Amino acid sequence: MKREIPLLITSIAGIVFAVSFFIPHWPFGDAENIFGDWMSVVSAFAIWLGMFNLAEVSLRKVIRKSEGWNYALIVIGSMLLMLVIGFSSVYHAINTDTPHMDPGTGLKWMYDYVFSPLSATMFAMLAFFVASASYRAFRARSLEATLLLVTAFFVMVGRVPLLDPILVWAGITDFAFFSAVADWIMTYPNAAGQRAIMIGIALGITSSSLRIILGIERSHIGGDA
Amino acid sequence: MAHNLALIGLVLTGLSLIYVLYRTIAGNPVDRRVVFIYVALAAGLPLFMDLLPPVTVTPDVQALVDVLEELPPHSKVLAAFDYDPPSAPELQPMAVAFFKFAFKKKLDVIIVGLWPQGPQQANDAIATALLDSSVMAAGPIYGEDYVNLGFQSGNEFVIQRMGSGFKAMFPRDERQTPYDSIPVLQNIVNFSNIDFVMNFSSGKPGTIEWVQIAVDRFGARLGAGNTAVQAPQVYPYLRAKQMVGLLGGMSGAAEFEKALSMPGNGSIMLLSQISTHAIVILFIIIGNTAYFRTRKRKND
Amino acid sequence: MKSIVIAKSNSRAKWRSYSSLATITSLSLALGIAGIVLCTGLLLSTSALAQDTESVDSTAIDSNGSVLEEVPSPASNVFAEDTPNDKGKSATVTWDLSPEDTIGGIVDGYLILRSESPSGPFVDTVGNVTIGKTEALDNNATDGVEYFYRVDMYRSEVAVDGSKLLVGSPSTVWGPITTSPQWFHGKRGIMLFIFLIVAFSILQFISQAQSGKSKIWMVNILFIILLGYLYSWVIAVIVAITLALFIKDFFSTEEIFLRKIGGIEAVEEAIGRATEMGKKIFFIPGIQDMNDVQTIAGMAILGRIAAVAAEYETWLEVPVSKSMVMVTARETMKEAYSRVGRPEMYQEAQVHFVTEDQFGYAAALDGMFVREKPATIFFMGAFFAESLILAETGNEVGAIQIAGTAMPSQLPFFVAACDYTLLGEELFAASAYLSREPRQLGSLKGQDVGKALFLVAMMIGLVIVLAGEVVKVPDWLYLAQYFSID
Repeated sequence: MKREIPLLITSIAGIVFAVSFFIPHWPFGDAENIFGDWMSVVSAFAIWLGMFNLAEVSLRKVIRKSEGWNYALIVIGSMLLMLVIGFSSVYHAINTDTPHMDPGTGLKWMYDYVFSPLSATMFAMLAFFVASASYRAFRARSLEATLLLVTAFFVMVGRVPLLDPILVWAGITDFAFFSAVADWIMTYPNAAGQRAIMIGIALGITSSSLRIILGIERSHIGGDA
Repeated sequence: MAHNLALIGLVLTGLSLIYVLYRTIAGNPVDRRVVFIYVALAAGLPLFMDLLPPVTVTPDVQALVDVLEELPPHSKVLAAFDYDPPSAPELQPMAVAFFKFAFKKKLDVIIVGLWPQGPQQANDAIATALLDSSVMAAGPIYGEDYVNLGFQSGNEFVIQRMGSGFKAMFPRDERQTPYDSIPVLQNIVNFSNIDFVMNFSSGKPGTIEWVQIAVDRFGARLGAGNTAVQAPQVYPYLRAKQMVGLLGGMSGAAEFEKALSMPGNGSIMLLSQISTHAIVILFIIIGNTAYFRTRKRKND
Repeated sequence: MKSIVIAKSNSRAKWRSYSSLATITSLSLALGIAGIVLCTGLLLSTSALAQDTESVDSTAIDSNGSVLEEVPSPASNVFAEDTPNDKGKSATVTWDLSPEDTIGGIVDGYLILRSESPSGPFVDTVGNVTIGKTEALDNNATDGVEYFYRVDMYRSEVAVDGSKLLVGSPSTVWGPITTSPQWFHGKRGIMLFIFLIVAFSILQFISQAQSGKSKIWMVNILFIILLGYLYSWVIAVIVAITLALFIKDFFSTEEIFLRKIGGIEAVEEAIGRATEMGKKIFFIPGIQDMNDVQTIAGMAILGRIAAVAAEYETWLEVPVSKSMVMVTARETMKEAYSRVGRPEMYQEAQVHFVTEDQFGYAAALDGMFVREKPATIFFMGAFFAESLILAETGNEVGAIQIAGTAMPSQLPFFVAACDYTLLGEELFAASAYLSREPRQLGSLKGQDVGKALFLVAMMIGLVIVLAGEVVKVPDWLYLAQYFSID
């Protein structure tokens, strides 16, 4: 039973969802909205699960002084700090009838001067990793790899005004040659490739969804198949 | 002074690469940490330079600008902010240029966010746009010329539900004013009352979800600004005419600024991207030199 | 007959001929379904309502009484109808622009007014659009009530009494119309058609693989009856004969050929390596929630990997970024461990929540990779910009990495930094592939047949559009427009 009920719910929800795409009439037309609302509500409450789990794991590390317990301490500290600042900002907002992220509130300060720079730093590391990955892996090992390499060169040069100003300045071309080539690559070969991948993925999703709806694929709920 | 020093630094960085190449040919390729240092220099030094690179406006950007230019004053434009601070360097300049243009043109802008931090990014962009005296002169008034409806959780389901009515998803704006008492929202029920949707996106939910739901199901007209990483994935929708135009990454931002004649951070930061591209290209060449060298040795 | 002769000659040709027969069968099916869709759509979505236009006296309205220098002509050809393909309570009003509809002109927009009587009063403003627009929706209608619509032009200045300043004469009135919900979305007929073909082909193969013979004959018979009843008995008979003649052979129980997928083949080796080195394995399920099918595919793969890890007695750790993924992953692993008879080895601490924030998650994982130096890392699910940040760090610490994602923009990053990458649909196939269960493999074959049909349809479309460019015959161009996006 423990497995059959989730399977049944999955099947019914899956079928209703599929059908509702083609039937605008009530109740099908609203099915997506209703399920969407449920999803939002469940996710909103589920966040507590994650939070408590994180707190529990970190606390256990600190108490047992297991490896990396100092990092866990930072996690707990930041979590508490953010909670305090968040609640106090919201309390202030309710009292003064202003938005909780108004300039001057603690939450806005944390957002601007802690959260934003930290997130941006992580994202910016991508530039370094792209460079090191290209340096290591982008080799002209085969014909295909060489083609990729040449394409990458044109796109990288064409997407920014790197060589185009030089070409125009030297009088070799009177228009942005590399930009035009890069644009062509993005518009045709890239879009074609993306489409092929997207069609494959769409079919994969259909097949996967059917397996799940029919209960054939059940390993995600711990099935025996 | 800073400009000249940075320029000299950049030239020296470039020249030192010859030594790296020499080392590689001699069979002693550099560690990836050296690559990191070069990327840092290439990205950082141009920030001290005051040089605006010449930008060519590509057709996809121009197409978007053309549509924006054709919108009559008081057209209702829905601006969807689906990104957070990490992508701000690429998307924020686009958002700022967009607001400058919209306020000058007297477009009615309705801001929503499917990402929690999106509406905040919009507010920051508006604050930056208002620093421009000509935008300030246009005097956009909150509530009458633009409104920020804030964030709503539920990802793409929010777009889906907006199809039947915006009010159901956004009963109050960010400042807790009820939907019905906001002048700019008078007579706006759903997408049929919206003339244009502008989306700034760095992931999911984002441009693809707006295409699949707002455009395909509710017939909205959509333009988008995307991070460079995400842009290639959006091209099929652009080619299928489900979007009117696309701004891709920092260069898209710079082109957008140029096409609207509103130079900003996109154009300034582009130099940094140019030099980083150059460094990556050079390292790919060096990497391949090392590869051919070892292959040749193996063959020998 | 010819194809049957060839089929006997060698198995390869046999397969090919059956493929083409399958294509023909499926195309006939497709035609049938298209017919049903068309008929049902027409039957259900047209509301047969008599409509008559009534004209009211064109009286110039000027709310503050001042005389306008130029009186613009009104919006013409006003037309209202029940909004098609919706859940009711909505009417669509369309009109032709007034000649004075110009940017900077005296008209700023149109008000759409509604009344329950043709003579008014038209006091319900149900829509308000800027100039240049010729359509508006009234979303506050009550189903079954008769309505009349009028479109007035206005300036944005406000009249003395606070109402919008109307300019020019009001349009003619259209009505009565009533709104109603529809039982079929007429515009999604083609989607249903494509979905049914793909679903049908997948189901055929699943049922075939399961029992050695197709079990959905009942469905086929029903389908044929429905086809004949709704569309055409002639086509139904053709489809029936086609099915009877060929489908039995086509679905013969030969072992399903599976292309080797490097990433999947390497799973066991990767886990074995971790066991030998005595280090842990990380499984990263992406940063989307359980409502993303990629995450579900990731969980299915986790189920298989966990079983192998349990057998090898290797510590498998799953740090997640969504609470619901955490709960699901725990359940998946618990079941996988007990399936291979090692329930005591499973610990809840193996699956733990990190943060919902994308780059916070990436930072935390990078930290774990660097500190704990795992032997093996699996990335299976939906990834965004963090993909390379994670995979490069994993590469740096020397882990063997197998990635799988259906995010096209992240594929190049994984390919560059990981040892094996499951590209797009391979992610969804992986669980079926690892299970080796006939029904699951059958679904893969069905999916491939679906893809073949897509290719055929695309080639046909391409030929039609290209030929349309050359011949320029009106009928041909009419056909070509269905395949063109311009």
